[in-house]
Amino acid sequence: MSLAKRIIPCLDVTDGRVVKGINFLELKDAGDPVEVAKKYNEQGADELAFLDITASSDNRGLILHIIANVAKEVFIPLTVGGGVRTSEDVRNLLNAGADKVSINTSAIVNPDIVYQTSSRFGSQCIVVAIDAKLTVDKNKSFWQVFTHGGRNATGLDAVEWAAKMASLGAGELLITSMDRDGTKKGFDLELIQAISDKVDVPIIASGGVGDLQHLVDGIKKGGADAVLAASIFHFGEYTINEAKAFMKSNHIEIRQ
Amino acid sequence: MIAIIDYGMGNLKSVFNAFKQVAPEADIKVTSNPTDIKKAHHVVFPGQGAMPDCIRELDERNLRFSVIEAAKTKPFLGICIGLQMLFNKSEEGNVDGLGLLEGTIKRFNNQNTADESGHKLKIPHMGWNEVSQTNHHPLWQNISNNDRFYFVHSYYLESNDKNIVSAETSYAQKFCCAIAKENIFAVQFHPEKSSIAGLQLIKNFVQWAV
Repeated sequence: MSLAKRIIPCLDVTDGRVVKGINFLELKDAGDPVEVAKKYNEQGADELAFLDITASSDNRGLILHIIANVAKEVFIPLTVGGGVRTSEDVRNLLNAGADKVSINTSAIVNPDIVYQTSSRFGSQCIVVAIDAKLTVDKNKSFWQVFTHGGRNATGLDAVEWAAKMASLGAGELLITSMDRDGTKKGFDLELIQAISDKVDVPIIASGGVGDLQHLVDGIKKGGADAVLAASIFHFGEYTINEAKAFMKSNHIEIRQ
Repeated sequence: MIAIIDYGMGNLKSVFNAFKQVAPEADIKVTSNPTDIKKAHHVVFPGQGAMPDCIRELDERNLRFSVIEAAKTKPFLGICIGLQMLFNKSEEGNVDGLGLLEGTIKRFNNQNTADESGHKLKIPHMGWNEVSQTNHHPLWQNISNNDRFYFVHSYYLESNDKNIVSAETSYAQKFCCAIAKENIFAVQFHPEKSSIAGLQLIKNFVQWAV
């Protein structure tokens, strides 16, 4: 008996609604954030992740409202990311009721923010999100880090970047394969495993879940500590309970 | 009044929300005012981040005495670093705690240590783990033995005083995750983030009369 592997449904939020895209594009409406959060909590989700994909800065404050409302009714850890730039942004999200804040683009623009915020608020609440894509250069292939929701290439190697983020104080890493996101072909297990082997902090695998075997593979083959998925849960293909039952039948420790 | 001590560290909103959920009628206050802490009938001592920072912030707000006095006199719930600070000493930053209880806070060691599935042990210990109750206590009422609670920490308590141990958890090694002594109850996990079992523990605390 030991620590359970976690299932984390991810809610992409824009203009106050949960949406889901394919390869970071083509958004479909998936419901009201508080209702969706409550539903997943009742189904036994171990944590919830919210990604604010609001493009316009006018609506940025909306996510604070949503988190405050979710936090009043759902008593499991809440991670919030998207557009987090400053220590002040982190503080506002934590004050609204987030337990962890995930930092992506701004960690590349200014890596020191990871050190600053983890020193100030504790590593336990700083998650660094890494969007990576297999890139073939003249003579080598590597997973390249992308920013701005997958639009901008950085030239950085995702495995090295992950190690750097952990050393600067990230308490957890959320690894999304852009090649797999929305494809339902399963996680990029080699990417997940390469990073999991390299760093000491927990890894959340993300991008590409299409069926329950993919969740099992992420943990057993990829070595992930948690698995994140969106569309298989949002559109009712599987419940969290079904996912857990399947994982349990594959001898993975889960919380019932 | 139930006072949740605010010294600038931790997820106070989450703690407040959880208390509000189980005790909607209660007067619950997030406060750094010693007078409130003195007046309160129940005191909650949360904490997140690094212990040296927590101790420093506590002292900057002149709350050390209020915390010690509350811990000696009324139902007192320590959470996470709020448990760790009650003890003598921490390896984290090699800092002294409040010294109310005997024990040392140590870092998990993951050198050559694997978890049960053979993978490298990750630090922090993060997620839902089983809490095995080692004594009967009012705060365990209606909570099944080995129920899972949410943990997130890199340091744990090591104490020679076995009488204070109220629950244990395994993470490559067994460690004490809840202590009880007289009016003090403190937990390494986060009841405010532990869903039904966590809310039950908070409800038990609110109803706990010492």
